[in-house]
Amino acid sequence: MDMTTRKLIVIGGGPAGLSAAVAAVDAGLDPQDILVLERDSEPGGILNQCIHAGFGLHRFGEELTGPEYSGRYVAMARERNIPILCNAMVLSLTDDRRVTFVSPETGYTTISAEAVILAMGCRERTRGALSIPGSRPSGVYTAGCAQRYVNIEGYMPGHRVVILGSGDIGLIMARRMTLEGAKVLAVCEIMPYSGGLARNIEQCLNDFGIPLKLSHTVVNIHGKERVEGVTIAAVDEQNGRKPIPGTEEFIPCDTLLLSVGLIPENELTRGAGIGIDRMTNGASVNQYRETSAPGIYACGNVLHVHDLVDYVSEEADIAGRAAADRILERSAPVKSSVALKTGFGVRYTVPERIDLAEELVDVRIFFRVTDVYKKVQFVIESGNGDVLVKKAKSAAAPGEMESLTIPADKLKGVLESGAAEIKVYLKELGGQAK
Amino acid sequence: MVYDVLIIGAGCTGVMTARLLSAKNVKVAVVEASADVATGATAANSAIVHAGYDALPGTLKAKLNVRGNRLMKEIAAALDVELKEVGSHVVGFGDGDLVKLEELKARGEANGVPGLEIIGQDELRRMEPNISPEATHSLWAPSAAITCPYGITIAAAENAATNGVDFYFNFAVSDCSSAGGIHYVTNGTSTVAARYVLNCAGVSSAAVASILGENDFPVTITPRRGEYYILDKSVGSLANSTLFVCPSDRGKGILVSPTVHGNTIVGPNAYPIEDAADKSTTAAGLAEISAGARRIMPSIPLNAAITSFAGVRSTPNQYDFYIRPSEQIPGVIHAVGVESPGFASSPATAEYLVGLLEEAGLKLEDKPDYIPTRRKDGNHRQWNRLSDEEKNEKCRENPAYGKIVCRCETVTEGDLLDMLDSPIPAVTIDMMKRRLRAGMGRCQGGFCSPRVAALIAEKTGVTLDAVTKNGGGSWLVTKRTED
Repeated sequence: MDMTTRKLIVIGGGPAGLSAAVAAVDAGLDPQDILVLERDSEPGGILNQCIHAGFGLHRFGEELTGPEYSGRYVAMARERNIPILCNAMVLSLTDDRRVTFVSPETGYTTISAEAVILAMGCRERTRGALSIPGSRPSGVYTAGCAQRYVNIEGYMPGHRVVILGSGDIGLIMARRMTLEGAKVLAVCEIMPYSGGLARNIEQCLNDFGIPLKLSHTVVNIHGKERVEGVTIAAVDEQNGRKPIPGTEEFIPCDTLLLSVGLIPENELTRGAGIGIDRMTNGASVNQYRETSAPGIYACGNVLHVHDLVDYVSEEADIAGRAAADRILERSAPVKSSVALKTGFGVRYTVPERIDLAEELVDVRIFFRVTDVYKKVQFVIESGNGDVLVKKAKSAAAPGEMESLTIPADKLKGVLESGAAEIKVYLKELGGQAK
Repeated sequence: MVYDVLIIGAGCTGVMTARLLSAKNVKVAVVEASADVATGATAANSAIVHAGYDALPGTLKAKLNVRGNRLMKEIAAALDVELKEVGSHVVGFGDGDLVKLEELKARGEANGVPGLEIIGQDELRRMEPNISPEATHSLWAPSAAITCPYGITIAAAENAATNGVDFYFNFAVSDCSSAGGIHYVTNGTSTVAARYVLNCAGVSSAAVASILGENDFPVTITPRRGEYYILDKSVGSLANSTLFVCPSDRGKGILVSPTVHGNTIVGPNAYPIEDAADKSTTAAGLAEISAGARRIMPSIPLNAAITSFAGVRSTPNQYDFYIRPSEQIPGVIHAVGVESPGFASSPATAEYLVGLLEEAGLKLEDKPDYIPTRRKDGNHRQWNRLSDEEKNEKCRENPAYGKIVCRCETVTEGDLLDMLDSPIPAVTIDMMKRRLRAGMGRCQGGFCSPRVAALIAEKTGVTLDAVTKNGGGSWLVTKRTED
């Protein structure tokens, strides 16, 4: 494969990267001008080990397993003859789009590109990041690592399991380990609510009688060679979620799985000096998912952690089309930029800014709320106080991503008014927004 | 067979001694209770090659530290181990501390430490922009260095093994008998025989002394635990040198230091513990080192911690190292109570021990075919430390060097295969981690450990359930229940 020039380099061959590459070709880019760099030995990303069903309801209108969902995108990429180089690890990126990578096939190589799409995904938070006290035996795994042992390597990480964190991977693994004959003794969640999807709580815990201990955490890990047990305790919601003395409970077990959050893998992004949103831990982007570095786009879990892969694909389509437009010199000149600001009850938005051009189209804003709410109204308003769009909802939780679309004509109004920012916030029904 | 010398303990002292002896015409064995070299105090300390101003003049500690500091740099160069001469500051807060710093400086000068200097606030802030505005002075010691203590010990062990030293792991000495000038040291199932025995057993050295047959051994050891944080590389260089707090009655206090791998290390506290194997961290302890670190560097981003750990050091009941021949058992030499700066001292301690062996009657001559590197064909530098051209060359030679297994630390499959092929083969997850840093980065092995385990299983011809984290009962996975 010729490695000297590429117009578009996509870093990551999971659902985000593949979807972006497919969208770029469908937008008119020659597939031979694209190179997808995938660090694993086959494309598909982490979905390859997510063998449970539940993917694709929005995108394909049917329920697929992880490998089926990613398989569709691999097939679409192959149909379009998009080159995918596997076992290719990108080691550095510059803001002028020079990509250095290594692979057994090409060795240590640097390529310059007209556009780069970042689609590196995310990684799991670890015990170290939480500083859980105790000894350091074997048997402490992130849920994704355990998932790989069970689903790919075909081995069990343990028999008697405690899970810390009720993120979706932890919930899925509670079911998976149970189905494989392990006993899941408890799922502890430090927050008063689960970070996972409601359907996963039902189908992965309740259906199997696995206790979910809200406002509980692991305060000690015991065992010299292998985990012999963990001490859990209730935490004080009023006092910084510190463990409450006297509530400790020792649970004998041989395995502790951690499902305590995902972190977008933005080491390359930071290395290129690209601006990062402190709330998403991903690049700060405009509605085309273009970062602060011109021609470098980001999509999928490297941009912000999604709960549904369907939204990853949707976001990747946007980035892929925008990259093709840039390369094919079809991008409209930007007349002004407005920043999206979060108000009461909203943790972050993606995009973080909207670039306004002469021609305007609808822009869908994705966001997460800060807490569990009942009966709310989401509001997006212009800096000058004009409400652009609002939507009522019976419930909202941080675990479920929300979205609202700002119609093109409203954006036209923002452009004409010269407003510098747009605010996204929620109103509790009967309450007053700050 | 009867060895000339048996060394008990594969920590820095034992291994550095084995390496020196491997250049001589003697047959040497090392027995080690755990599954690898450098798993005790050598593995879990501040990773500093102390300059040597701390020890009281005239003590063995002072002499060995200052010489060890110099020798360590030579060994790092010879074995291609990263070592940076970053220097250290002992940071004072106010005039009361200045008196102590002057005392330390005088002590260091008496010990022969080069280049010591008292530095004022402006210069200190220029050298260390992140230092607390309340820091007023420092004692600057340019010869202090940072390295990877277990890395250099592993390198020295490989060098020793390449030159014929035999290592016996998972060998916890349980008994010893002597007859006809030969010592028979056993772990209950196997026995190693040798004319001379060196007790370099670190935190267990007093216990080993009594197993070897000492009665009323004068030294007792209290295990003392110190907890640390490691901060992610992404926060960049917070400290340019090692920053100590001016010492108090509680020891040298909590330090903030760059590591040779580009992280920042914070710690330790110091608490006596009952069980020397108890390397657990505590919430209170981690809070204590956080507070200590903020005193030196108020802006330190402790939320960037990627891991915390505890090390267990040996605190003897006497000030100086106890390194001398047994008064009761001829042919036995003890290196007991070798507490901090035991690592910095270790190359000099090794020389000293070799000298004691010669005094005890061991004849040593240089080996004509001594290999000065880690392997017969050189030092085998890890792929990610090569130049761009060398990286490319290596990938062309063997495509396994183009395949990254550990993403956070850029460890290639070629590196892992090389370590399986080492004179001390890396056959556990932790052995790989200590040698290559695979699994030591920000994801802490979440991605690579199943892949590393699978490679170890494949190349050593076992199934995955036989691979361990660090030997013994530290299994990773079990066979799936068949349905």
